[in-house]
Amino acid sequence: MLTSASTRNQKRAPLGKVSYDVVSVLTTKSDSPARKATDVNVQDRAAKGAWVAELAAIRDRQDKAAFAALFEHFAPRVKAFLMKSGANAALAEETTQEVMATLWTKAHMFDPGRASVATWIFTIARNRSIDAIRKQRRPEPEDLAWGPEAEPDQEESMALQQESKKLAQALSELPEKQRTLIERAYYGDLSHSEIAAETGLPLGTIKSRIRLALDRLRHAMK
Amino acid sequence: MSEPIKHHLTDQLLMSYAAGTLPEAFSLVVATHVSLCDECRARLAEFEALGGAVLEDEAAVELSSGALDATLKLISQKAKDPIKTEKVSRGIFPKPLQDYVGGDVEAVRWKRLGNGVKQAILPTSRDASVRLLYIPAGSEMPDHGHNGTELTMVLQGAYLDEDGRFARGDVEVANEEMEHTPVADIGEDCICLAATDAPLKFNSLIPRVAQKFLRI
Repeated sequence: MLTSASTRNQKRAPLGKVSYDVVSVLTTKSDSPARKATDVNVQDRAAKGAWVAELAAIRDRQDKAAFAALFEHFAPRVKAFLMKSGANAALAEETTQEVMATLWTKAHMFDPGRASVATWIFTIARNRSIDAIRKQRRPEPEDLAWGPEAEPDQEESMALQQESKKLAQALSELPEKQRTLIERAYYGDLSHSEIAAETGLPLGTIKSRIRLALDRLRHAMK
Repeated sequence: MSEPIKHHLTDQLLMSYAAGTLPEAFSLVVATHVSLCDECRARLAEFEALGGAVLEDEAAVELSSGALDATLKLISQKAKDPIKTEKVSRGIFPKPLQDYVGGDVEAVRWKRLGNGVKQAILPTSRDASVRLLYIPAGSEMPDHGHNGTELTMVLQGAYLDEDGRFARGDVEVANEEMEHTPVADIGEDCICLAATDAPLKFNSLIPRVAQKFLRI
């Protein structure tokens, strides 16, 4: 398992899946607007640079400065990702803007207990790319039947944000060749056999390198 | 009726699905399996987390000068996305499969293949194909090998082949080298979802010419 938190947090509803009003009725904890304001500070301190606070500011206050900060960091990366996935510069730019706009309109659905902001943006970019660039439908698994513990848990979301950072660190510390293969698998511009043709490596080697890279990542996450 | 799922998706399939690079037909099998399998759901979350790390690691590419303003303008034209309150499927087919069938098992438009075996091809992009197979209890699936990769997931009943017993939720990943002869378990008629990126090579029952016509 790469991130145990993601496993633990499987049964967690996205933010906003249950409205705050409902949550405050169902739980003993207060979920007043005042508490939400402190949440931002707590998360800001705990997961500095993890962008959870900025996303909450967009959700709660339609905060354009927070959006601009997220945009500055993520839009150029999303565009790079889309270009490596096969889009030309113009299409990548257009799709990036749509992805970033989706970030705003779906901000209330982000759950910091289920994914890091980077992961969440990645899934939005991936889905837009399948739709706009590959022109295919994307079948999605049905959501779990969420249990009564639908309120996002601060501690678990912090743990998950920390583990995501650790994973990013572990990825950047992989040997160059392994990291490149993982990244290319995610761009999808090359199949395993195409990677083999391009690098001159036999297919079995590619597969075992990817497996090795995954083993290393799993080990780093222990 | 629910035994624990024993046969799961491979890392490679989950990673490709997380990356969004699988053909639509394979994605449908993955999404259907993950709907029933918490273990693969957790593994999928890990591969999505890895996707997030890949994105974070990306070298920035410059955007056009007015990109932020253009995006804010785009936002001003968009409504907030409503929160989906989809119910979990109570039928035999999980939700993603129902979306392709247009309902549960009674909505399937089966085509007879002979000996009680039926199939229904589902509409997907053409880089691979996916179909539902109906095999009467105790019947043998036509003996076949594979040109490419084939994913078979059981939705009802069970089948047995050289690799073991496959029941509801189980997925079998078969490749070129494999020749297998699945036999539906005696207890119940078996319904499977099967995706392939190449036409199946039937060694009997259906002549080669018919393969092209039937798209199997």
